[in-house]
Amino acid sequence: MANLAETQTTEGVPVANDDIPQAIRIAAERVSVFYGEKQALFDVDLDIASHSVTSLIGPSGCGKSTFLRCLNRMNDTIEGCRVAGNIKLDGVEILSDALDVVQLRARVGMVFQKPNPFPKSIADNITYAPRIHGLATTKADFDAIVERSLRRAGLWDEVKDRLDEPGTGLSGGQQQRLCIARAIAVQPEVILMDEPCSALDPIATARIEELIDELRQEYTIVIVTHSMQQAARVSQKTAFFHLGILVEEGETEQIFTAPRDERTQDYITGRFG
Amino acid sequence: MTFTLLTAVLLVLTMLSYRLGRQRVLASGSSVKDMHSLPSYYGAYVALWCGIPAFLMVFLWQVLEPQFLRSITLSGLGDTARALSETQLNLLLNDIRSLASGGILSREPDAAMTEAAERYSTWRNISTALWAVVAIAAAIGGLSYGRRLVNPTFRARPAVERVIKIVLIVASTIAILTTVGIVVSLLFEALRFFGKVPITEFLFGLQWSPQTALRADQVGSSGAFGAIPVFAGTFLITIIAMTVAVPIGLMSAIYMSEYASRRFRAIVKPILEILAGIPTVVYGFFAALTIAPFFRGLGESVGLGVASESALAAGVVMGIMIIPFVSSLSDDVINAVPQAMRDGSFALGATHSETIRQVIIPAALPGIVGSILLAVSRAIGETMIVVMAAGLAANLTANPLQAVTTVTVQIVTLLTGDQEFDSAKTLAAFALGLVLFVVTLGLNVIALRVVRKYREKYD
Repeated sequence: MANLAETQTTEGVPVANDDIPQAIRIAAERVSVFYGEKQALFDVDLDIASHSVTSLIGPSGCGKSTFLRCLNRMNDTIEGCRVAGNIKLDGVEILSDALDVVQLRARVGMVFQKPNPFPKSIADNITYAPRIHGLATTKADFDAIVERSLRRAGLWDEVKDRLDEPGTGLSGGQQQRLCIARAIAVQPEVILMDEPCSALDPIATARIEELIDELRQEYTIVIVTHSMQQAARVSQKTAFFHLGILVEEGETEQIFTAPRDERTQDYITGRFG
Repeated sequence: MTFTLLTAVLLVLTMLSYRLGRQRVLASGSSVKDMHSLPSYYGAYVALWCGIPAFLMVFLWQVLEPQFLRSITLSGLGDTARALSETQLNLLLNDIRSLASGGILSREPDAAMTEAAERYSTWRNISTALWAVVAIAAAIGGLSYGRRLVNPTFRARPAVERVIKIVLIVASTIAILTTVGIVVSLLFEALRFFGKVPITEFLFGLQWSPQTALRADQVGSSGAFGAIPVFAGTFLITIIAMTVAVPIGLMSAIYMSEYASRRFRAIVKPILEILAGIPTVVYGFFAALTIAPFFRGLGESVGLGVASESALAAGVVMGIMIIPFVSSLSDDVINAVPQAMRDGSFALGATHSETIRQVIIPAALPGIVGSILLAVSRAIGETMIVVMAAGLAANLTANPLQAVTTVTVQIVTLLTGDQEFDSAKTLAAFALGLVLFVVTLGLNVIALRVVRKYREKYD
C-alpha cells in the first residue's frame, strides 16, 4: 500500500495526451498466434506504456482480443492455440514455460466483455483472488480489501449494505464494476479490458469510462474496444489492428487526427469495419 | 356380424366419406385458392363426422353389452339365482356362457340352465345385430350430415385442428390416468393389508417374517410384519451404492468436462453410458458370481466372516450400475456452467483445481445434488441385482458384511408363484410397494425441483 501511495503522489498527476515520456511496462516483439493451422496474429510489435490507457481498435476478427489475451496468457486455456514471439513484462519474458501463469495473472488482471461475477456474495467475489493468493488471513484484512476494492471501483456506496447478497443480482453496470473491483483486489500492475462496455447502456458505459480514467493513475490499462469514440475518450495510446496485423500505433490524438496509414484512415472514418 | 367385420366396414365408410367430402368441395366449382381450407381438410372433416359417432357407438356397445346380457340371463333364472352369493352367481353365469358356446362346464347342466343358455345366445345375436345396425346408421348419418355442411366458405380447417387437439389431450391424459390408476390400486391393496396388520406394527415393527403357516399347528404360524429391517436393508445397500457411485461418478464427470480433450470425451462418455444400458440381470450375475465370492475370499484372508450374500457385494455392484447416472447428469450440469466463470477465475490467477473446487462445483451444486437424488431413487427401486445378490434374511444390522434383504426383494418373493390374494403375506407386498413408491416419488420431486431451480439461474 505504501508503495502505491508513493506512486500516486509522484505519478498521480493526471497525464494529458502530451508527449511526457513514459516507462514501458509491456514490450511485445514479433508476437504471432495460431489457432490450430490458422494464424490469427502476424508478428506484432507493440510497447505498452506504464500508467496510461492503451486502446486496441480494429474490425471484428482482426486479432486485437487475441493479442490482449496473450498478455496474461489466457490463450493457454484454448485448446490448439499456440503463441510465438516474445512478450516482456517489466523485462521478464512471460511466454516462457518457466513462468508461473498463476503469478502472472495475479499481476495482470482482466475484465471481460460480459460481466461475469461468480454466483457468490459480493464480498466473496472480491475476496476470491486474495484468498487464493494468500494475501490476507484475518477477517479484518479481508474486510479492508473488500472496502478498498469496491471504493476504488466506485461501487462501495451502492453495495455497502448488501455485501452478503449474490453478485449476480446487481445490474449489468454494477456487475461490471464488481468485476473491475474483483480484478484490482489483488493489486495487479496491469489491467486488461476486453470490450468492457459492450454489454452496457450509455450511462453505465460513461461510469466505467470515468473509472478507467481514474484507475490509470495506479495501473497500466490495455482496453479492446469497438467504439472509436471510447478509444478517443479514455486512451492515451491507440493501436490499430487489421487482419491480424498491427497496422499502426501511436498517440491517440495522432491516430485519430493524422493517421499515417490509409487503412487506419479508412477505418476511423467508417469506410470499412 | 363380428366385431372385426364391423370395424372394417366402419373404416371403409370413413375412408369413403373422406373422398366424398373432398369431391364435394372440389365439385362446387370454386378453385382451391378461393376455398377457406385445403380440400383435404374438407375430406377429413366429413370423415371425422362419419367415424367418431360410429366408433363411439361400437365402444358403448362393448361396455354395455355384458351388463345387458347378464340381466337378461338372470331374469329367467328366478329366485334360485337371487339366493346365490356374488361369487357363486358369477360361476353360474360363466357356466351358462360356456354352455351357450359349447365349452367345458363345472357341473351338469339342469333344465333351467339350458333354457338360460338358449336365451343368452338368442339375445346376444339380437344385440350384436342391433348394435351393428346402429353403428352403421350412425356412420352413414354422420357422413351425410357432415357432407351437407361442406361448401367452399365453410371453415373446415379450424374444426379439424380442434379435433386433433382433443385427441392429443386425451393421449396425454391416458398416461396420467394410468399413473393414478397404479397408485389407487396400490393404495387399496395396501389398505386391505392394514386392515389385517396395524399400520403402526408395519411401520415400526422390528421383526419381518411374512411366512404364515398353512395349518394352525405349524411353527411360526402368525407371521411378523415389521418393515423396519427390510427398509434398513434397502438403505444400507443404497448407502453402499452411493458411496461407490457418487465419488467415482462425480470425479469422472469433472475429468470429462474439465480436463479431457474434446475427442477423448466424445469417445469415453458414450462408453460410460453403456454401463446404464447393461440389463440389471447381467449385473446380478456379476454380483452373485464374481463380486460376492471375491469379497468372501478377501474377508477370509484377513479373518473376517463375510456372508456369501453380503450387502457389500450387492451395494458395490449397484453402485457401479449407477455411476453413469451420476456422471452423465453431473457432466451436463458442469458443462452448463458458463465458460465466462472459468475465464473469470483463471484471469484472477486461480489454478484449474481451485477454479473447479471454488467456482464450478458451487455453481453446479444444485444440479449435482439433483443428479445424486435421482440416482438414489434409482438405487432404492432397483430389484434384480439385490434379488440375485442380497439374499432373503431380514437381518436388522448395519454391518455391510452380513446378508440383508431389501423392499424390492421382499416384494418379488411375496408375489412370485401361486399366491392367494387375501392373506396378509401377499398383501404385505402392496404395503411395501406403497411405501417404496412414496419414498422414490418424494425423492424425484425434490430432485426435479432442485434441478429446475438451477436451470433458471443460467438460462
